[in-house]
Amino acid sequence: MIRIALKDLLGRKLRLALTSLAVVMGVAMVSGTFVLTDTIKHGFSQIFSTALQNSDVVITGKAAFGNDQNAPSFPASALDKVLKLPGVADAAGGVADTAQFVGADGKVVSHGGAPGLAFSVNADGDQHFNPLNLLSGTWPRGRTQIAVDKDTAADLKLAVGSTVGVIPRGGAVVHLKVSGIVSFGSVGSLGGATLAIFDLPTAQTLFQKEGKLDEIDVAAQPNVPSSELVAQIKSILPPHTQVRTGEEQAAKASSDTSSALSFLEYFLLAFGFIALFVGAFVIANTLSITIAQRTREFATLRTMGATGRQVIGVVLAEGLVTGLVAATIGLFAGVGLAKGLDELFKSFGIDLPQSGLIFASRTVIVSLVLGTAVTLIASVWPAVRATRVPPIAAVREGFVLPPGRFHRLGPYVALVIIGVSLALVCVGAFVKHGIPTATRLEMLGVGVLGSFIGVAMIASRIVRPLASLLGRPAQLGAGVAGTLARANSMRNPARTASTAAALMIGLALVTIVAVLAAGVRGSFEGAVKEEFQADYALTSENGFLPTSVDSADALRKAGVAEVVAGVRAGQGRAFGKTITLTAAEKGLSQMLVLKWTLGDASSLDVLGMNGAVVDKDYAKSHHLVDGSPFTLLVPSGQELHLMVKAIFDPPSGGSPFGPVTVSAEAFDSVTHNPQNVFTFMNMSGGVTPENTAILNDVLKSYPDAKVQTESEFIANQEAGINIFLNMLFVLLGLSVIVSLFGIVNTLVLTVFERTRELGMLRAVGMTRRQTRRMIRQESIITALIGAALGIPLGVGLGGLFGQALPGGMPFIVPWGQIVIFVFAALIVGLLAAIFPARRAAKLNPLEALQYE
Amino acid sequence: MNATEAIVSAQNVTRRYGQGDTAVDALRGVSLDIERGKLTAIMGPSGSGKSTLMHILAGLDKPSSGTVQIAGKEITSMGDNQLTLLRREHIGFVFQFFNLLPMLTARENIMLPLTVAGKEPEASWFEELITKVGLKDRLRHRPSELSGGQQQRVAVARSLVSKPSVVFADEPTGNLDSKTSEEILRLLRDSSDTYGQTIVMVTHDPRAAAIADRILYLADGAIVLDQRGATAAEVLQTMNDLDGHSVAS
Ligand SMILES: Nc1ncnc2c1ncn2[C@@H]1O[C@H](COP(=O)(O)OP(=O)(O)OP(=O)(O)O)[C@@H](O)[C@H]1O
Ligand SMILES: [Mg+2]
Repeated sequence: MIRIALKDLLGRKLRLALTSLAVVMGVAMVSGTFVLTDTIKHGFSQIFSTALQNSDVVITGKAAFGNDQNAPSFPASALDKVLKLPGVADAAGGVADTAQFVGADGKVVSHGGAPGLAFSVNADGDQHFNPLNLLSGTWPRGRTQIAVDKDTAADLKLAVGSTVGVIPRGGAVVHLKVSGIVSFGSVGSLGGATLAIFDLPTAQTLFQKEGKLDEIDVAAQPNVPSSELVAQIKSILPPHTQVRTGEEQAAKASSDTSSALSFLEYFLLAFGFIALFVGAFVIANTLSITIAQRTREFATLRTMGATGRQVIGVVLAEGLVTGLVAATIGLFAGVGLAKGLDELFKSFGIDLPQSGLIFASRTVIVSLVLGTAVTLIASVWPAVRATRVPPIAAVREGFVLPPGRFHRLGPYVALVIIGVSLALVCVGAFVKHGIPTATRLEMLGVGVLGSFIGVAMIASRIVRPLASLLGRPAQLGAGVAGTLARANSMRNPARTASTAAALMIGLALVTIVAVLAAGVRGSFEGAVKEEFQADYALTSENGFLPTSVDSADALRKAGVAEVVAGVRAGQGRAFGKTITLTAAEKGLSQMLVLKWTLGDASSLDVLGMNGAVVDKDYAKSHHLVDGSPFTLLVPSGQELHLMVKAIFDPPSGGSPFGPVTVSAEAFDSVTHNPQNVFTFMNMSGGVTPENTAILNDVLKSYPDAKVQTESEFIANQEAGINIFLNMLFVLLGLSVIVSLFGIVNTLVLTVFERTRELGMLRAVGMTRRQTRRMIRQESIITALIGAALGIPLGVGLGGLFGQALPGGMPFIVPWGQIVIFVFAALIVGLLAAIFPARRAAKLNPLEALQYE
Repeated sequence: MNATEAIVSAQNVTRRYGQGDTAVDALRGVSLDIERGKLTAIMGPSGSGKSTLMHILAGLDKPSSGTVQIAGKEITSMGDNQLTLLRREHIGFVFQFFNLLPMLTARENIMLPLTVAGKEPEASWFEELITKVGLKDRLRHRPSELSGGQQQRVAVARSLVSKPSVVFADEPTGNLDSKTSEEILRLLRDSSDTYGQTIVMVTHDPRAAAIADRILYLADGAIVLDQRGATAAEVLQTMNDLDGHSVAS
């Protein structure tokens, strides 16, 4: 029996292919995500294991909390102690930090978020611990030399002997001579990271780590096991350091990056799930149509004595096989997509390290199970419908399935679903206390998906008037073809509605994003205009890396500005939680306008070594009032004993400060090589081209610092939001493509169903061109219905979310983008019609009339 | 007539379509017994209720009032599951439009009633059946590769394969030319003669009715004549007479 079903399915290859496509995309996204993130993780772990391949044991600094990146350096004297240990064969110390190259154009070289890594090497040693291979030249020696990686050399057209500018973290640009070109082990790509290699004393000077080390690599005596060596070293370990075997260290570093990457993984998977959700709609719709078309077949089976259960079995078996086929194709398409995603990230300036593509068994299992399950679930409803086909339909010409028992309840059920969903969204969005964040996010997600289902259910009732309205232009513009298209789109409202619903989901999500983005931008602009009274701001080129404190000092020294004051940022831990710690330089009070609930702006300038400014929420949650004492731990392990001096109410659009702010002096006393996230300047005469020129001149040695006016500052900060936004649009585009396939499916099946009718129209004189136009117009009407449902829904939900964000957000309708979305829907309609319209036009009138 | 001899019987069956002013009484109290092993034809002008009657006799439709028994079982009160099982065991169908599954071969189509019931065919019976319908060399073909007559022969074989108590055929020749019609009719007659297969055939073709052992004439939803066999000419005559009669009445 099941075999019969499958034979039928496999006999109709086009139908199978069309149905599968809807799931392929979602599965491909899931499998592509896994392949991509696994490959990146593998790339990193390769990098780490290469870096440590000859180190039996590694000593590194230990942060008091948080990850090892914030670990402090430790005294170089530790190396001598290590060398004296009996189990040690050899040991070498090094410094690791970050440094950026400067191109010939004077601009900082940046590959998206990839770091500029800096390491020290010992030019005289046997390079036992050195993971780098010297490709040409020599290892750097002395204050004037640097070695660079081959990609950077190629990028900046450097050869041995060339001069290159490099900015060590927290310092001014230095110009060094390239002594050698290196590669990192056998690793192909460092994911856009650059390498700046110095000898140890030079690195210590450049990074202000004189007499200090970041890492000691140790080789054990021949028959001393690493664990034994670790035990020996533990006894002489200086404070704030840790010792691990090389393998442990590599594994730890890999797992740190893995957990950092899991955000990317979940982020991308979310889009896979959205595409699958839309795919489920498309499949349910496609199957419903084919089942309607196969009524005769099912009824005949029933007259042969097939039970309703067997009919369900037939449909579900088809669903299962379709799902398996789709999931398998999707799985492999995912490999291609992984490449595409990688390119996508690259085009947004994010380069990820790669080795060969990693195809884990988890990828296979999850993709297959997910794709099959989604298809199967989507076929349940059509399968149940199929059982309602009575045997007598075998003998009744043009039998139409009667609406189900609950049909009349449909709109009420839909309204209840919409109501419950919106309630969930509201609770998730507005009830901020008593419910864990994860649960709230789940409520939001379920609420949004639920509201899609609800609107899709009710859509069939409003499709007629919508189609009538949206079809008007077609009728006026495309003559008979348009008139017929409009009538056709109203003829089976349930079908038109569920086809449009798939597109509605994608468009609604895109609109939600656009509304939120408009709100974020609006409130950010509002906040900046309100808060910042400075003439100029100084930030790094990309706006999120910090800049050196030296650049601010240089400005002060030059005496060109009336006031120069920066904001530093780091991490702190208080009341058992890690928070962003910010610090204010003197003078900031003149350039920042905030709402103070305790103290005022001038408090910022008189914080001293133990004063703290906290934000209102933080004060509330930890019961802080004027004079409340608390202790703050910083990554170096030092503590700040603070006392609340002022409390402010952070603006919703963006606060210049974290929950706790201290004075720059206090911050610098516990921070090695502090940096500013932004620096503000006031000049006499305000913003003028002359002033800008003066500032740029003073900052010549700091190419990573960019002088900006208020509007440039806003644009620079927003650039980051825009990149993220565009990425969201591209990823959500995937679900729009899935819904495009949904329209193709419906149209192809409709054309098949109307074979006779189309033949008749052709026979009475309709041209091929008119036929094509008719299908095209119907497609566009369907797509526009999707837009008419999705965009308002998106605006509504987006507005709701915006209100739910802490502090609320202005509700801004992004009209420009909405117009673009409507056009996008139109294009989706046009594209979807190409294939079905061609099929319809190809029908031979004679053949069409002979059919059956 | 002995009740045990009746494989299908109906008492006072009425069927009304629709409600109120637009209601149509398709059947107005039909009682009949279909004898085992006989080929019974149901004749009558278009719209007289032939198909409606057959659907009700076969349990595809429910009467508005009255009762129907198949193989001694009261079917009008049966639920869907009972009816399904009844169909598996007792009923075969031949349709006007063949109703073959397009993606299955002729063989698979013929076996369908057994497949559905999860039964294995008896090899000798299957052999005999396909020889009789003359499809031996066409078993691997799909319906679209067969002529109308061949398709209907597949359908006849399909209706016989499970050896049902009764085969219902609604205008089995309605979609065929006269030559192929004749082949199908001969096939039906033959199955009745060789296997004692009970067959109920709805038709308005006098030549089809002529092969029947018994002809029931329906007019305006009621049986107006019960005839024990007739030639095509006689059937035609009777039809004309009845037509005049029903117009007159
Ligand atoms: N589903 C239905 N709904 C309403 N009226 C129906 C329906 N089916 C049949 N009828 C009416 O019942 C009467 C009998 O129809 P039926 O199909 O039984 O006639 P028939 O004798 O088979 O005719 P034909 O020889 O044309 O097939 C007709 O008047 C027909 O219009
Ligand atoms: Mg009829």
